Amino acid sequence: MLDLQNVGVCFGVKSVLNGCTLSLAPHERIALMGPSGCGKTTLLRTALGLQDPDSGAVTNTFSRPAAVFQEDRLFPWLTAVENINLVLSGKAETISEARHWLERLELGDAGELYPCELSGGMRQRIAIARALCVRPDLLVLDEPLKQLDAALQARVSALISEACRECALLLATHSEEEAKALGCRIYLCRDGTFYPET
Amino acid sequence: MSPAAKKALAKTGAGLFWILLWALLAHLVGQKLLLPSPLLVVKTLLSLASGADFWLTLLNSLARILSGMLAGTLLGVVLAVLTHGSAVCRTIIAPFMSLVKSTPVASFIILALIWLGRGVVPLFITALMVMPVVWANVSEGLRAQDEKLLEVARVFHLPRRRVFFSLTLPTVLPYFRSALCSALGLGWKAGVAAEVLTVPQRSVGRMIYESKLYLETPELFAWTVTVIAVSFLIERLLLRLVSGLWRKGDDEHA
Repeated sequence: MLDLQNVGVCFGVKSVLNGCTLSLAPHERIALMGPSGCGKTTLLRTALGLQDPDSGAVTNTFSRPAAVFQEDRLFPWLTAVENINLVLSGKAETISEARHWLERLELGDAGELYPCELSGGMRQRIAIARALCVRPDLLVLDEPLKQLDAALQARVSALISEACRECALLLATHSEEEAKALGCRIYLCRDGTFYPET
Repeated sequence: MSPAAKKALAKTGAGLFWILLWALLAHLVGQKLLLPSPLLVVKTLLSLASGADFWLTLLNSLARILSGMLAGTLLGVVLAVLTHGSAVCRTIIAPFMSLVKSTPVASFIILALIWLGRGVVPLFITALMVMPVVWANVSEGLRAQDEKLLEVARVFHLPRRRVFFSLTLPTVLPYFRSALCSALGLGWKAGVAAEVLTVPQRSVGRMIYESKLYLETPELFAWTVTVIAVSFLIERLLLRLVSGLWRKGDDEHA
């Protein structure tokens, strides 16, 4: 269970989140939508414990969180397969599992390549594979498909939906289609907080 | 010709130029007491190297100074980790490092001579010269860790050991390598300088001092050439060792 109660986050004098209350139960899927800078990423970071709230309280009882950030955040000195294996065990015994996830993301040939040798879309898919391979109970996605073409977006959405059947999902996106493809309830941003779409 | 071969050729050419200039100057001066020729220095060096004493002296100095380098490096790394983790430690240690860096090495040698036995002074001085350089570079490396990758590690609950091998080590090693590049040459020279001033038994510094005392200029040059050659070799060997560590780190988290 993820529970945000009256959460407020300010950057200097700018208040980004203001009295934001949101709950995410196991297996629930929520998409946060709103204009750039409205606080979607800040809310995701607060939920993940990467941003301390200035007010309010965050309770997160999920034990296996995983995230896909806006940027790929791959380790530049590790190959694609090593980047995925890093979150599994970092040892040779899970390399085949890491390769399996690369293949599921249609990157079977890219395993030995370094992030600098891959396109933005390929790097983003590796980041998605890295998040899915840990079989998370909470999956946090920050605009995960924006670097992919339409056909790939559809296939990756389907894969995320299937792989994350048992987990809660918190998505930040500008695309209603993406939110619907992932089966999310949409929450819209208003005055520094998020309300369910009516 | 490959770029590497061209580079090697240019380096050899530059070296030959300086040796020829030295030979020319020695010929013009015409007094081996003031400036011995390169050939005479090589002959003296070969003659010195043919005796067991030369190697024993060299090994003795190497053991002493390498121990100092190791102590300085370890201390520099430990203090860098401490100051990275604690603002209080940073506040306390930073001024001490600035003091060590700005104090002339001769002052430390004289002080150490008063405080410690003459055999320990070169070790102490080498450690003192190496430590601030390693500390500064490793601290910078620790600060350079990518905050975004650290967040990935936090989100995925990566164990500390894995974070160390997959993030900290690859980030810090280039800084550590560059620290060794600057510190080792410095440490070796400071160690030999300390030996010259403290003249411990069976040491390169003592041989240099005695060469000067008895006006054995070719021997002075021969020992100096030895110091330069050893400094070059130590730097190469240790840097290769650190590069090996990098690869080992890579294998660890693969």
